[in-house]
Amino acid sequence: MPRIVVDVMPKPEILDPQGKAIVGALPRLGFTAFSSVRQGKRFELMVDGEVTEEILAQARDAAETLLSNPVIEDVVNVEVVEA
Amino acid sequence: MTELPLIGEAIADAPAARGLAGARIGVITFPGTLDDRDAARAVRLAGATPVALWHADTTLGDVDAIVIPGGFSYGDYLRAGAIARFAPLMAKVIDAANSDAKLPVLGICNGFQILTESHLLPGSMIKNDHLKFMCRDQILRVENTSTDWTGDYQPGQEITIPLKNQDGQYIADEKTLDALEAEGRVVFRYVGFNPNGSRRDIAGISNAAGNVVGLMPHPEHAVEAGFGPESLDGIGGSDTEGLGFFTSVLNKIVGDTK
Amino acid sequence: MTETSTGPAAGNATETKKFNIDTVENAAKTPDTELPWAELGLKQNEFDEVVKVLGRRPTGAELAMYSVMWSEHCSYKSSKNHLRQFGEKVTEEMKKDMLVGIGENAGVTNLGDGWAVTFKIESHNSPSFVEPYQGAATGIGGIVRDIISMGARPVAVMDPLRFGAIDHPDTARVMHGAVAGIGGYGNSLGLPNIGGEMVFDSVYQGNPLVNALAVGVMRHEDIRLANASGKGNKVVLFGARTGGDGIGGASVLASESFDDTKPSKRPAVQVGDPFAEKVLIECCLELFKGSLVEGIQDLGAAGISCATSELASNGDGGMEVELTSVLLRDPTLTPGEILMSESQERMMAVVTPENIAAFEAVMDKWAVEYSWLGEVTDTGRLIITWEGEVIVDVDPRTVAHDGPVYDRPYARPEWQDAVQADSFTGSVQDAGRPSAPVELAAAITELVASPNMCDKSWITRQYDRYVGGNTALAMPDDAGVVRVDEETGLGVALATDANGRYTYLDPYHGAQLALAEAYRNVATTGAVPMAVSDCLNFGSPEDPDVMWQLAEAIRGLSDACMVLGIPVTGGNVSLYNQTGTVPIHPSPVVAVLGKFDDVARRTPSGWREDGQAVYLLGTTAAELDGSEWSNLRGHLGGLPPKVDLAAERALGEILINASRDGMVDSAHDLSEGGLAAALVESSLRYGVGARIALQDVLDRDGVDLFTALFSESQGRAIVSVPRSEEIRFKDMCTARNFPHLRIGVVDAEGGTLEINGVETMSLEALREAHEATLPKYFG
Repeated sequence: MPRIVVDVMPKPEILDPQGKAIVGALPRLGFTAFSSVRQGKRFELMVDGEVTEEILAQARDAAETLLSNPVIEDVVNVEVVEA
Repeated sequence: MTELPLIGEAIADAPAARGLAGARIGVITFPGTLDDRDAARAVRLAGATPVALWHADTTLGDVDAIVIPGGFSYGDYLRAGAIARFAPLMAKVIDAANSDAKLPVLGICNGFQILTESHLLPGSMIKNDHLKFMCRDQILRVENTSTDWTGDYQPGQEITIPLKNQDGQYIADEKTLDALEAEGRVVFRYVGFNPNGSRRDIAGISNAAGNVVGLMPHPEHAVEAGFGPESLDGIGGSDTEGLGFFTSVLNKIVGDTK
Repeated sequence: MTETSTGPAAGNATETKKFNIDTVENAAKTPDTELPWAELGLKQNEFDEVVKVLGRRPTGAELAMYSVMWSEHCSYKSSKNHLRQFGEKVTEEMKKDMLVGIGENAGVTNLGDGWAVTFKIESHNSPSFVEPYQGAATGIGGIVRDIISMGARPVAVMDPLRFGAIDHPDTARVMHGAVAGIGGYGNSLGLPNIGGEMVFDSVYQGNPLVNALAVGVMRHEDIRLANASGKGNKVVLFGARTGGDGIGGASVLASESFDDTKPSKRPAVQVGDPFAEKVLIECCLELFKGSLVEGIQDLGAAGISCATSELASNGDGGMEVELTSVLLRDPTLTPGEILMSESQERMMAVVTPENIAAFEAVMDKWAVEYSWLGEVTDTGRLIITWEGEVIVDVDPRTVAHDGPVYDRPYARPEWQDAVQADSFTGSVQDAGRPSAPVELAAAITELVASPNMCDKSWITRQYDRYVGGNTALAMPDDAGVVRVDEETGLGVALATDANGRYTYLDPYHGAQLALAEAYRNVATTGAVPMAVSDCLNFGSPEDPDVMWQLAEAIRGLSDACMVLGIPVTGGNVSLYNQTGTVPIHPSPVVAVLGKFDDVARRTPSGWREDGQAVYLLGTTAAELDGSEWSNLRGHLGGLPPKVDLAAERALGEILINASRDGMVDSAHDLSEGGLAAALVESSLRYGVGARIALQDVLDRDGVDLFTALFSESQGRAIVSVPRSEEIRFKDMCTARNFPHLRIGVVDAEGGTLEINGVETMSLEALREAHEATLPKYFG
């Protein structure tokens, strides 16, 4: 069953308090290579059957109107992943 | 405990004339809403009649104002308020707020989040900067007393209102923030302590017309002697500094129908 | 009507997942089949008992049911014999307001005016060590569901917490997670948190205690019980779907201590969804309002196994259930796993056929999923089928009620005498006892800044105290107070207390001291104590030392309940709280519920008005063993403070009358930290100081200033009395022959706490020390 993956990230100019907490915690566990972290969301939309252009367009639309809040988030990726 | 009528029951037609107690203020309940009973109590204590509204209703009935109360509608799934804003009743609220009648709408906490998600108000809320849920008695300065919900306050008046949330950090781009300031649409500002990192210490804002107001703190928790910040925590001048929200809109409604 | 058989379609040979269904018929024919009873937590004798009860070997599904239901957590097999005392030592006076006693999901007490209150305290300890957030969160979820299932609207929660040493890195892990989880779940349900406790002690390092209390209110006619009666009535499961949460959690976790030499256990911890539970609350309340259910049970430990067997055995005795009707989150679950699953936010109810449509309408309105599993029968058997084949055929009573009962051996530990002989006074840790004024001031400051005495706002501001608009008193006051009736002001007060150090020194009296303190806390706010719930957190019952502690604690608590005249209406036992062979301190947490005719009369714990007289009620002896002061000096030995329950009753009556008649403006009881702590707390509460002189106390009681300040003698409180009420107040105490001494006056101007013989302490400095501790360790 194919699925459409949608990735949503906070806008670059938004301070991301969760990302900040994560990058603070990583060195405490020995991971010192990372200078910053931003936390986003990944959605997987299941499709029965083939993913047509129309369905993909619906996914993009859904991403903009529901899955993300354009005031504070960007949709950075919409892609089809075969099962 | 007086219960609201069972949600979803048909709302009877109300009398045409509006005395104080005839003023009807709708309180919307979504799955996950928590402070609806408290908002209804505040309406009652102010002297008006609370009307229970259900998110799936398709009509507002005959209400003079709307309160969108606090809580975790839909569990704050996806984003706080993101799902509630698409409720059938919200479409009617948005229409009524934008109509010539300019229905007064107050969004408290989750209600404020629903208003920003619906774009009735600009900006958005993200997680508190310290990442934790915070419940504290917060001093606010009332900076705009021309809105439908703040007429009974004095400009610059400081009031103590309970604040309790996890995702209360108000943000918007610089352009929007500047516009809000310039247009006097910052209605409440945090004083003394910014509890969540909100930009410009903004606790609450209004739309241009002043009928739609949203704020993170909870005025409905500062309306009854013995149960407010002064009694519970010894903070603030009195327990009832939030009552003004509800008397203000009541006076506006009654004044408008004279 | 719903549907959804999620098992493999019968006869569909191409299904990739097939269960080997172990039917009853099959079990009867294959007596020698090996079964994993040990892995599921059963002992040999218990397995043999199951075979005897059934007259054959159990099926896989039956084995799963018995293993979870006969676990320590569910069956109370090690404590049952002793717990009987709570039901036996009950006078007529104690029964008069008890509407529902021990044995149901929660006890119910009559408040008068047609109102009833139900409350209970429970533990969720092991899961909170494994996964602090979810463990603590689901602890709240579980206790709230118990309250709902009695027919009540839940109105408040409390959280007594006991974690390891404050500076141990693992404590921070547990602290952050547990507090966030309790807040995350409780706040999302719209339940104010009105109080709790926070104790740090290294004995809890590997075994943190997360106890949760919930209280609910209902009208008398709304009281519901968990029984299934009425042949032909339908059984329905509603709420969240069933998944693999906590499989074996109950039987595996609670019956096995953590062994620090083996790799850590990784059981499936339950994951909670508070939104689902909030919706469930509203749903259930509508069901109750419409009288749409005959019986209702929440699903907690042992999930469907528990719900079906308890509903059936409490009712007419029979039930038939088709297990494939259960809505699943995870289609790969076997029948046994479905029966053991501890997925959260599920309820089971019994509904008459006439009410089915109305029931479904309520479910649809709130978008809650449900499935009709079967019906009540009169056969006296619980029959569970899988696609029509019988996989469980048991007498439900043998599962739910007639499990094994153990008379665990117990004996006073060999080391107990030595411990009791090792008094703090004169010990090496007692050397250099503060006496000079500057030393005493430093000692008091050290005390109020110490982990167990410090300000707990870091925790409590993560909890919503306002939701519902009925909270009249919350932390840091002595009890949480919630209004029940908006028109009359009728309300309840709740306090929870325990002292593991006292109980280690003397379990019998330690348990009594916990009750005395909770009783005193409730009376201090002005409420009349009415009922008790207990959460007994102990080590392994297979250790005779621990078993003795448990037996003594229950004996002490039940004896004390009789003297104080208030019954235990329900509670919980949590055993196996130990790592290796080292148990925690015996920690019986006692919750007391009290009643207010009008919550407007409640008394806060701090003074505010300049010039009011400060009185000390009760007498002080040299009782430092087990005290917070001795804790700071690293000593634990001797005997805990003396218990005088008659004095506690007398003190309670004074405080209640004084509150009701407006004779006092504030009252604060003395407990851990003694008079020093109480004076500081009452001053910091509203930032108003006092001028105190204790010479009269020293003279009358024959103690020195240090002892007067740090001793933890019981039966004491401090109050502030308006000048206009002083004579009336003194006369009342004199008439009751209760010791009382004026020790000073409230001073709203000075900004200091002045105690004669102690260097003056500025409130600002005290507050800074008091409030710095938790942020220092937890951010």
